[in-house]
Parts: sequence; C-alpha cells; structure tokens
Amino acid sequence: MESPKTIIKVDNLQTSFYTDKGEVKAVDGVSFEIPSGKTLGIVGESGSGKSITSLSVMRLIQDPGKIKGGQILFNGENLLDKSEAQMRRIRGNQISMIFQEPMTSLNPVFTVGDQIAEAYMIHEGKSKKEALRKALDMLKLVGIPSPEQRLKQYPHELSGGMRQRVMIAIALACNPELLIADEPTTALDVTIQAQILRLINNLQEELGMSVMLITHDLGVVAETCDYVAVMYAGKVVEYADVETLFESPKHPYTVGLLKSLPRHDIDQEGELEVIKGMVPTPDNLPKGCRFAPRCPFASDICADRLPELDELEDNSQVRCWIYTDEWDGKSGVSVKDDYGTFASKES
Amino acid sequence: MAETVTSPNKEVKPPNPQIENLKIVWKKLKKNKIAMAGGFLILFFILASWIGPLLTTMDPSQPNIPDRLQGPSAEYWFGTDHQGRDIFTRIVHGMSITLYIGFVSVALGCVAGVFLGLISGYYGGRTDTVIMRIMDVLLAFPGILLALAIVSVLGGSLNNVIIAVGIFSIPVFARIVRGSALAVRKLEYIDAVRALGASDTRIIFKHVLPNIMSPIIVQATLRIATAVLTASGLSFLGLGAQPPTPEWGAMLSAGRNYMWEHPHIALFPGLAIVAVVLAFNLFGDGLRDALDPKMK
Repeated sequence: MESPKTIIKVDNLQTSFYTDKGEVKAVDGVSFEIPSGKTLGIVGESGSGKSITSLSVMRLIQDPGKIKGGQILFNGENLLDKSEAQMRRIRGNQISMIFQEPMTSLNPVFTVGDQIAEAYMIHEGKSKKEALRKALDMLKLVGIPSPEQRLKQYPHELSGGMRQRVMIAIALACNPELLIADEPTTALDVTIQAQILRLINNLQEELGMSVMLITHDLGVVAETCDYVAVMYAGKVVEYADVETLFESPKHPYTVGLLKSLPRHDIDQEGELEVIKGMVPTPDNLPKGCRFAPRCPFASDICADRLPELDELEDNSQVRCWIYTDEWDGKSGVSVKDDYGTFASKES
Repeated sequence: MAETVTSPNKEVKPPNPQIENLKIVWKKLKKNKIAMAGGFLILFFILASWIGPLLTTMDPSQPNIPDRLQGPSAEYWFGTDHQGRDIFTRIVHGMSITLYIGFVSVALGCVAGVFLGLISGYYGGRTDTVIMRIMDVLLAFPGILLALAIVSVLGGSLNNVIIAVGIFSIPVFARIVRGSALAVRKLEYIDAVRALGASDTRIIFKHVLPNIMSPIIVQATLRIATAVLTASGLSFLGLGAQPPTPEWGAMLSAGRNYMWEHPHIALFPGLAIVAVVLAFNLFGDGLRDALDPKMK
C-alpha cells in the first residue's frame, strides 16, 4: 500500500473516555494511512470506535474523552502537537467532515447560503457578499437545482438529500485535502444514497482530495473505497485494499459480515447468516482476541492472548491467530465464505 | 421581443422565511385575545408615558395644600393626595419611571444572566459548577429580600433600585439560558460548525444564542412584571425613589396613612401597578405559547 504521497497517517491512535467506572478504551491502537486522492473505508458495527476515530483525527473529542497516545500525521505534521487555534485553521479548511444526520447537522435559524458562506468567512476572511457569491458556486457544484433560490432558504425547507448536498458544499467550500464522511448516507433513502455517494466520488476526482469514509455498509465500501479497515471493539482487525478484502476476506469477523449480506449473484437458500452475540462493551473487553467470544473458530490461544495485526503475503493485514505460526486450533482451518474463495492457512 | 415580460435580471425573490416565521407567531398571538389585550395595554402605557406628561396641565410635585385629600371629581379625576397634588397627573408622570425601571433593570439582568448562562451551559464542567452555585446562592434569597439587601448596601435611590432588581434577575436568566444552551450544544449542527473550524466565541454567540432566543424573550417580558412589582415594593419601603418623585410604590406608601378615610390615594397607584404587571404577564404568557414550536 505504498503511494507517492500520503495525506494522513494515523499511528497507534488511542482514545479513551474517563468515566465513573474507569477508563473506557474506545479506540485502542488504531493505525492506517490514506494516500493522496484515495478513499479509505472504515467499517464496523455500532460501538466499534469508528466515529471516535474520525473525531480524534479532527481533534474534536470532548470531555470526558481524551486522545491518550499515538500520532496523527497530516502532511507529515502531527496534529496532536497543534494548538487549538492551529487546529481551528485546519478544520473545515484542510480537513473537513460531513455528518450522519443531515436533518440535524444544519443550524435551523440560518439560511443555507449563510451556512456555506460561513466557511469562507472563517477561513478566507471574505466579506459576507463575496462569501455568498462563492456559496452559490458551491451549491451549483453539488448539483442543487435552482441554487439562487436555495441559497436563501432555510434547512427545514429542504429534503434530506438536499441537505446532505448542502453539508457536502459546506465541507468542500475551502477545498480540503481530506474529507471525513461519517456515515454520510445512513439516514437517507436508498436511491438518494447512491446519488450522494456518486456525488462524493465525482467531487473527489474533480478536486483531488482524499476521503475517509466511515460506514457500516459493506455495499457502500465496495462501490466507493480503495482501501478498507475493518474495526471491531476499538481495534482494526483487518486492513486491505478493497479487491483483496472482498475476494479473500481473512478475519472471521469480516467473513461473518460478508456472509450476513444478502446476495443477488448466487442462489441462497434459507436464512441469512448472522454473527451471534453482541459487540463487547468497551468497559468489559475480553482478555484475549476481542472477537473470540463470537468467533466460530476460537481456540484456547484466542481467549488467552490478543493477536497482533500481521501483514500477509497479499499485503493485507489481519489480526487473527489463525494466520500465525502459534495457531493451536485445528490444523488446516479454512475461514470459508460463500464467495467461492478460501482464506486458509495450513499449519 | 414579446416574451420579455419579466426582465431576466430581476430575481424572483422567495419570501424571507424569517419574516414568514414572525408572521406565523403573529398569527398565533392574534388568536390569543387575552395576550393581545396585554400587548395593547403595554403599547398604551408606553405611549401614555411619552405623551401623557405633555397633556396634563397640573404639576405632579408642587403641593397645593388648600385642595388636599379631595375625592375623585371632574377637576381631579383620581382625587388629590395629602399635599393636594392631582393623583392622576402623578400616575401619568410616574408611568415613565415605572417602565424605565422595568425595562432597564431587566435589560441589565438579561445581558448579564444570558452571558453567564451561555458560558455555563456551553463549557460545562468546573466553570458551570462555579457559576451555577453562585446563581443558586442568589436564588436562595427571596427576590425582594435580595433586592432589599442590595439597596440597603448601595443606598436608596432610583438607580440603585434598578441595579438591585437587575442583579436579582440575573440567576433567573442564567438558569434558563444554561438549560437551553446545554441542550443546543449537544446538537449535531454545533459539532458541524466546530468541525468547520469556528471558534468558541463564534459558536456561542452566532450559533447557540439565536437558537435560544424564544425562552429569553418570554422570560424578559414576564420578568418586567416582577421588576416593576419589586421596584414598587422597594419604593413603598422608602428605599427606592425619594419624594416628591411620583413613583407609584412611594405614592402607595404615602397613601397608606389615609387608607380608611381616603382610600383613593392608595387605590389608584395600586391599580396602576396591577394593570402594568398584569399586562406584561398576560403578554408574556401569550408570547410563550406563540413562540413554542411544539404548539404549531
């Protein structure tokens, strides 16, 4: 996964929340990097730490949360060393974010135009008039019909899809190098989802930015991402480019996720498979591999020790004992999936 | 070119939603007859406080001993007091004092309280604890007692009454604003502007404050009533406006000695206080109903 220029490199990021019950490790040693112009998908269930990862990159973690350790290198500079004032100049300017809920992410008392214009007023010191003119250009860019009128409308007068377009317009106003999209399509209708994803993809090509896409939808990942990090209970369990991940998923959790998707290209009989059990809560993590209690392959070592994120021959990384020499379970275990491929390790 | 009916340069302006919104509030307010009555009374009082003194012919402070303690008549509509001054004239002149105390003290308390409440609600944590505990201490005193204590420290005068009433309004505003700010700061659009790189000051005053204006406006209206009542109370106790200022509370106090033989001396200033307080309360209640988005 080498590329000439890496926009952002997150190294061993640890974010914890300090509650009455003690420290809760929401993000525990997450590492990834995004090459310029590429898209990284971060996939995981609710509570896997994917949103906290994105907020950590923006340095927007609020009390009682704290970034405990690690590095976030943005264009080679560690964001964790920046002052709050320096971070403010980066937010919305070089790194932007769009949120899950377009219905509540816009301030109800200001017009759409005012809110896009604010980005220019904060970062480029533009006058209101000039900022509004640039806001109009942004509305055109994100494909909103009759932008002159929309500019003067309030959020409640727009549909969900339109509002998400406005959010994208705000995020991209200052031409950021990295766009963090936290479940940008989850709250939208399926048809609108496709439109919004296509819009993000097109704009990414047009503006040459990198995208970090947080989602729980593997279908979205397949369509839009170049690389994928699968997160489980605060840790990355599998990290691969998108073809490798879908062709030969390694981690039993990834396989389980893929199996639980309905498929149209093969005949399926009976019910969809599910991953039994629940994500462990971060304040009550298992001692060994965090997926072990739900894993159909789990053996003694899994319950005992946490595996490392190891790189395999096909350049993908996986955090699972099955792929190590220390594997003590059944020999020749195959993490088989219904894709007609095998991810196996003879031991 | 027959088609150029509308020139292409002329934009079709959609109705400004802010004005549309006000129209909706106005419509709902108009349906509430009692609130409208309160509103018109307030308007009438304000106009009367400006124009009234120009129309009255008698002097509000000059004693006129021969005509003292007269009942209501064609010449003296509300009668005369123990120094022979026309009570109607004095009430009209006192109107501006009462309204001035009401508006200025509430404005003072409102600005300070809103500021403290915003800081408290937005930052939370220790800042919040310190500010709100001080507010709790202020709230623990019964309002008039606190104002009384402040005035006795500062000395009795109209301006000190305004300061005292303003101070005792602070915790009320701080509390309401803190609660609203606390709710608003958790909303996603605040996260969104923070992610846009906005500073705390910008977020607090540009994004949080406009979203919590309704409860502030309602509270300010209702608070004017309380302020008028408290200020009159202080003057009644001799701590506010000093004679011969035609302040209603002071007039009430002066009339107290003649309660049995000449009740009109105390009655009319009392009625005036009741009318003003009632008007602001009715209007404030109506405003609350009209501004409440849940009742749309």
